[in-house]
Amino acid sequence: MSDATLEGPVLSADGKPLKQSLNQALRKQKIRALVLIAPLLVFVLVTFVAPIGSMLMRSVQNTAGTDYIPDLMPNVVAAIQAWDPSTGEAPPEEVYRAMAIDMASAFENKTHTQLGRRFNYEAPGISSLFRKSGRPASGWDIETDGPFKEKFLDIDSGWGNVEYWAAIKANSGYYTSSYFLAAFDAQRGVDGISMKEPDQRIYQKLMLRTLGLSLLITFCTLALGYPVAWLLADLPLRTSNLLLILVLLPFWTSLLVRTSAWKILLQEQGVINNFWIALGFTERLSLINNQLGVIIAMTHILLPFMILPLYSVMKTIPPSYLRAAKSLGASNWTAFWRVYFPQTTAGIGAGALLVFILAVGYFITPELVGGADGTFISNRIYFQFAVSGNWGLAAALGTLMLVVILILYYVYDKLVGVDNVKLG
Amino acid sequence: MASKLPPYATTGQRIWFYSFRVLCGLVFFYLIFPILIIIPLSFNAENFFTFTPAMLRLDPEGYSLKHYEDFLGANGDYSWLQAFTNSLIIAPLATLLAVSLGTLAAIGLTQPHVPFRKQITALLISPMIVPLIITSAGMFFFYSRPFGISELGIQGTYAGVVLAHAALGIPFVIITVTATLSSFDTSLTRAAANMGADPLTTFFRVQMPLILPGVISGGLFAFITSFDEVVVVLLVGSAGQKTLPWQMFIGLREQISPTILAVATILVVISIALLTTVELLRRRSERLRGMSPG
Amino acid sequence: MKLKTTLMATGATLIAAAALAQTNMADSMTVVSWGGAYQNSQVKAYIEPYVANNPGLNVITDESSADAVTKLRAMSEAGNITWDIVDVVAADGLRLCDEGLAMEIDPDTMLADAPDGTPASEDFGNTLVGDCFIPQIVFSTTFGYRTDLLSEAPTTVCDVFDTEKFPGKRSLEKRPIGNLEWALICDGVGIDDVYETLETQEGVDRALAKLDTIKDDVIWWSAGAETPQLLADGEVVMGSTYNGRLFSAIVEQNQPIGMLWDWQMFDLDGWIIPAGLPEDRLARVLDFVKFATDTQRLADQAAYISYGPARASSAPLVGKHAELGVEMAPHMPTDPANAVNTFLFNFEWWASYRDDLDAQFQAWLLQ
Repeated sequence: MSDATLEGPVLSADGKPLKQSLNQALRKQKIRALVLIAPLLVFVLVTFVAPIGSMLMRSVQNTAGTDYIPDLMPNVVAAIQAWDPSTGEAPPEEVYRAMAIDMASAFENKTHTQLGRRFNYEAPGISSLFRKSGRPASGWDIETDGPFKEKFLDIDSGWGNVEYWAAIKANSGYYTSSYFLAAFDAQRGVDGISMKEPDQRIYQKLMLRTLGLSLLITFCTLALGYPVAWLLADLPLRTSNLLLILVLLPFWTSLLVRTSAWKILLQEQGVINNFWIALGFTERLSLINNQLGVIIAMTHILLPFMILPLYSVMKTIPPSYLRAAKSLGASNWTAFWRVYFPQTTAGIGAGALLVFILAVGYFITPELVGGADGTFISNRIYFQFAVSGNWGLAAALGTLMLVVILILYYVYDKLVGVDNVKLG
Repeated sequence: MASKLPPYATTGQRIWFYSFRVLCGLVFFYLIFPILIIIPLSFNAENFFTFTPAMLRLDPEGYSLKHYEDFLGANGDYSWLQAFTNSLIIAPLATLLAVSLGTLAAIGLTQPHVPFRKQITALLISPMIVPLIITSAGMFFFYSRPFGISELGIQGTYAGVVLAHAALGIPFVIITVTATLSSFDTSLTRAAANMGADPLTTFFRVQMPLILPGVISGGLFAFITSFDEVVVVLLVGSAGQKTLPWQMFIGLREQISPTILAVATILVVISIALLTTVELLRRRSERLRGMSPG
Repeated sequence: MKLKTTLMATGATLIAAAALAQTNMADSMTVVSWGGAYQNSQVKAYIEPYVANNPGLNVITDESSADAVTKLRAMSEAGNITWDIVDVVAADGLRLCDEGLAMEIDPDTMLADAPDGTPASEDFGNTLVGDCFIPQIVFSTTFGYRTDLLSEAPTTVCDVFDTEKFPGKRSLEKRPIGNLEWALICDGVGIDDVYETLETQEGVDRALAKLDTIKDDVIWWSAGAETPQLLADGEVVMGSTYNGRLFSAIVEQNQPIGMLWDWQMFDLDGWIIPAGLPEDRLARVLDFVKFATDTQRLADQAAYISYGPARASSAPLVGKHAELGVEMAPHMPTDPANAVNTFLFNFEWWASYRDDLDAQFQAWLLQ
């Protein structure tokens, strides 16, 4: 080495300092990697992330149909701010007059029933008022036909209900918290926010049921999957590869096929019940359209997701450890519990989290075999979205569920690493 | 536990050994029985979902191909065949899209220096984790009017369903291809470059053949994801894109027509074929890398 | 979809496009209905003959009528209507009309006159409700029961609420309509007071309390074909559904099922055309609907399923079942022997109160 290189920076072949050159190469590598990833990243952002994001926005947007409430009834929104619901008095004539104006234009644009539907989420019963009042209001002359309070009360005495007007006032902005309140089983009354009656707290109940059943299903898959994974890891490779097919075939078989198979097996006149009767029993078993059916079918469907990660962990544990423990005097149980089991916890964590995450979001199987008490929160979201059409509430419930799932996903990433997901 | 019972085993060990195997046998039975039971039932000559006395006697009269003929439209109802056709249009296109973008990205992700590698991977795998009901509800509105522009709307078109299914298949491609790539010897690409091959040649002549099994496995996963998917197609598709799972779902919710059993059997056969392919590929690549005795 | 044309459609598109260029009608049409036996009867009576007259037309069928109102709202908000004609019950027709989601119609120019020249508006008479609804049939929602699984046949609708005398599961529709009325009738409310009672919270609570007494024994259905299937499988001993669905289970499939006509609920079913269809699709739909609701076609449908045609002029043409040859009249809900106790379903009332009661009913279901 010459003196010069010792004093100055290390140079590379083209005369640039080596550090700079390495940095350049590194930057080049980074850019090349990003260029390769970019098309997919953009694709996923546009086709997957953006749709979910825009849907979640609906949980706070205060709209009826395509338009925001303040745009649909500007006069009412302006007039009602001065009114104080806590007085217990119905709003003054100005508010009714504003309602007459807005109602007439809403009827013209055929949005009055949509408005009714929007406020009906907050105050059940109000939807019929809007529907009844649209046509009469469109015939009133705003200058000469007052006072409008009486006219509205003539159509339906419900227009005197303070609760209804309070609901309109509370939801007169561009954004609303009412969908999240509903998702938490809370409500906003004349005197502030309160929880609903215990027997009306349906989402709490559904959320707990979803988590509880998912936990139970995760436990079932673990109880059934652990011995099988152990056996597979212990058998000679040739045999275990053959048996592994029995695990992988269900994994590759259509979810609908497996669900329909269970429907056929479990129903009252189905294969299992007929076999049961042939054994001499007289009572048929109720195996479907209840929680039991969901547990049986979903445990079956999710079992491979438990066995595969367990198997891949167990495969790496040398069988000599167990033998060593036993030769040192450990009983079978001690050898298993103190030596083997601790080494499999990583697999248990990976399998259990994956099964739990997937179970919480299940929709098809509970829908088809769950009956009334075996449905999950997903089924309710689908109902609010596709049947009832309360998109705001569906979005709020979806946001809550997504938060739960993302927390679990984060934990999974920390414990297992998302790049360690095994697929057969 | 041991794979073989030693000759000196005590009675207790014997009982444990056999009861453990019986237990595992029962779990295997539970795994496979519901799938296999469909197959004989699909040849039922009657419209029942259980074994008729004639079937139990193994009387040929009790069996028939009529549910398969119905699937093919023998009763004048071509809806099953139409749904099958739609599935065969959508699934390969979604697979192609997922595999081409996914393989590129997987190569990018396995480069030595990738900024935000973990976060990007987590994002790309998330379509597998996010509940389908959330995904599909979001897609319905967004695909109707992407970024508020209704002219770009693809809800209710083949394009919409294909894009949605491709998004769902991507995690599987990423997982399988990165797994193959992580065991890929990068000095090979450098060697190729040294010998004067341009990056494209290197990719297609050196890298691709070696990671091909992983790419094909990922593709098959993506294919089966689209081929089985029902929630997204119910919302993103319209009746014109009715796929086989859609038709099955409606059939299951309303009237379980025995044709469903024939369709289910066909799907099981397809699954077996795909599974066999993936297994053969896996073993081949393991053998090539000397990881498994075969 | 029972149409060979669907398969040939791709090949035939070019020819069809050429043929249709003159009339400027779309060569594809999506028809939405209720699935099962009912949709089959429409395919046989309307769609197959129509396609025979219009070769190259690709008819796509959808079975989403139960959720039609919500789906149309979603489509309209998304600005992308993929349906061309939708089969709905009268109450949904009224709601869609109010919301501007269904196109207003003029019966006398858009629908065919009766063969004797009576204008359509007169021929349909009071089945024309609202401004958008094109009536097809009079149907009833009523109960079927397993003749072999019950020790005696139920005779009144209130036997549904009697789980001691008639043990076993029953299936009811997963929505308030019908269920609340029956619950009140069986709780002692007079027929004429049912809707007035339901306008009060106490009345709704009373109906739900009555339903509470059998809640544990109910399987809830959302598609009309479910009850016949559940009855055939022996999953339930009795259940409500549309009378025509029970007819196909009993007469066409020889299932051991009996009809319980007591307090059957009369209702109307018909087409609506979504508002805002592009010109070529609208032209196609108008052409189809004129054909499909003429006197002969409505009578033809009654040869496949036991629903009464909505046109007065179709009634005399109703004869025997198209394939089985059985006389259809005794199976019609309007037959005097069946119509001893009938309840006139008030769709106007339900159009107003549907949202309120749906919310309460669904919350009750989850309790």
